[in-house]
Amino acid sequence: MNRIRYSKYRQIRELLVKHSMLTLTVTSLVFALVIGISLYFKSEPILEKQSLAALLGGESWKPLKGEFGFFPFIMGTLWVTGISILFSLPLCLLAAIYLSEYAHPYIKKVVYPMIDVLAGIPPVIYGVWGILVIVPFISEKLAPHFVEFSTGYSILAGGIVLAIMIIPLMISVFIEIFDALPGGLREASLSLGATNWQTIKKVVLRKSFPGLAAAVVLAISRAFGETIAVLMVCGNVSEVPHSVFDPAYPLPALIANNYGEMMSIPLYDSALMLSALLLFVIILAFNAISRLVLNRIEKNFAL
Amino acid sequence: MRHRGIKKTEEGIFKGLMILATLTIVISLFMIVVAIVKRGLPAMSWDMVSKIPSGGFYLGKEGGLLNAIVGSVYIVVGSVTLGLCFSLPIVLYLNLYLSEKSQLAQITRLSFDVLFGIPSIVYGAFGFTLMVYLGLRSSLLAGILTVAILIIPILIRSIDEVMRRVPKEMKDAALSLGATKSEIIKPMLKQVVPGIITAVLLSVGRGIGDAASVLFTAGYTDSIPTSLSQPVATLPLAIFFQLSSPIAEVQDRAYAAALILTFIVLLLSISARIFSRKFSKNKI
Repeated sequence: MNRIRYSKYRQIRELLVKHSMLTLTVTSLVFALVIGISLYFKSEPILEKQSLAALLGGESWKPLKGEFGFFPFIMGTLWVTGISILFSLPLCLLAAIYLSEYAHPYIKKVVYPMIDVLAGIPPVIYGVWGILVIVPFISEKLAPHFVEFSTGYSILAGGIVLAIMIIPLMISVFIEIFDALPGGLREASLSLGATNWQTIKKVVLRKSFPGLAAAVVLAISRAFGETIAVLMVCGNVSEVPHSVFDPAYPLPALIANNYGEMMSIPLYDSALMLSALLLFVIILAFNAISRLVLNRIEKNFAL
Repeated sequence: MRHRGIKKTEEGIFKGLMILATLTIVISLFMIVVAIVKRGLPAMSWDMVSKIPSGGFYLGKEGGLLNAIVGSVYIVVGSVTLGLCFSLPIVLYLNLYLSEKSQLAQITRLSFDVLFGIPSIVYGAFGFTLMVYLGLRSSLLAGILTVAILIIPILIRSIDEVMRRVPKEMKDAALSLGATKSEIIKPMLKQVVPGIITAVLLSVGRGIGDAASVLFTAGYTDSIPTSLSQPVATLPLAIFFQLSSPIAEVQDRAYAAALILTFIVLLLSISARIFSRKFSKNKI
């Protein structure tokens, strides 16, 4: 095959551009690896002293005595994340079904930009809102009905704030999944005499289940890593929480709150970097799995 | 038929719940904005945006937020410029040299999807280890680097989305006229200018509002930095630190900062929306 022959200058330029861009692209691919490795090296000192299982299961967090038990923080993270999913999942599912199956295009035109705006609000603003509205509401109105005393800085406050924060992500992925379903499926069901609602229940939801699950995993990993907002409203007490009105101390908040003193106490920085590594690995895995599932769905349905 | 009646009621109930859910989401947005404005507006004054704080960090009652405003602008301008230098070549390579089905393209896109989901606190911690390794102190430079890492996935994902929609025929036509692939870069970029602007606005919004990444790396100061190696204040950290102060005047500064940040972010979201709409109008 005869190739086009460009002038020498243009050939060289082409090669230079192509290879430098290729190098950059390939370098960017190993970037995640670099993050993982550097965090691992930083957390190695503490892993040499104690086993990972002992660190994760330990309940006592006393850096001055060299006791680094992550259990309260892991429980704090799980509680807050759980509550936030509990609130946001039904809201998002209902709203997404409404917006993609029932709503008039005019309503979509109004609501979609609002979801975008909600997605753009920074975490620290959600935190301020939590302090101004949610925390007083819990301590004054809600908590007295259930427990003797709560400052309001609690798992519940963190869960509510986080729920609002992950709504934009969850709802937009949900809507994308519903919209990616081939229209023929709905028409087939409707033409067999099923009502709109029956079609949604038996066809749309069933068919899009893997995608919805992947979206929830994506939202969970977002909630896992959220730092500042949670730090501002959760109370930050390093004890295993027992009720939603107890304060909690999620892992990301632990990292953010102690960066100042971590260099002055032995192994402290190593322990904090280990928690960053844990977050990184868990979220990386969650994200990779759900993205693969979502990509597959997109490909299967886009005919 | 009674049976059908029950079915109808069920649908009705769920439809009601759906509308309620949608309303809840919309209302919560308004609640947030109203709460921030209501608390922030009384604290706003001209001094707030034109003076740096005085009287000592955490305790000083005088002055405003100029240090944080200027600091945030420095960080965002630096990191977006740096981010574009990395993300534009990568996106161009994906779209010009690789086909949609190529393994490398698929892996790269997946990896940036995943990096997009990594929380900023992890990037902050990574930036911190990098800083210690290089012997840097918390500084404007370290902040810019970390925020750049944070926004590169956003830039790449959103520019790529637009560039993928550029018709293949344009590329083919240029190639058939004898252009090399690297010579198509310019017309290709021209096609996606609105997309790039939208991506930049999105990443500015993310970069300016993120606290966890600059917490370790950029530090905090009451003055405006004059070189890359000095620590720098940012709006989110101005909110975060000053809110926990026991002094009412300092807390007021935090609420004023929250109002300013919300205003900036709303403005960015809306203009990003307008730009992307403009683009979809031109695209046929």
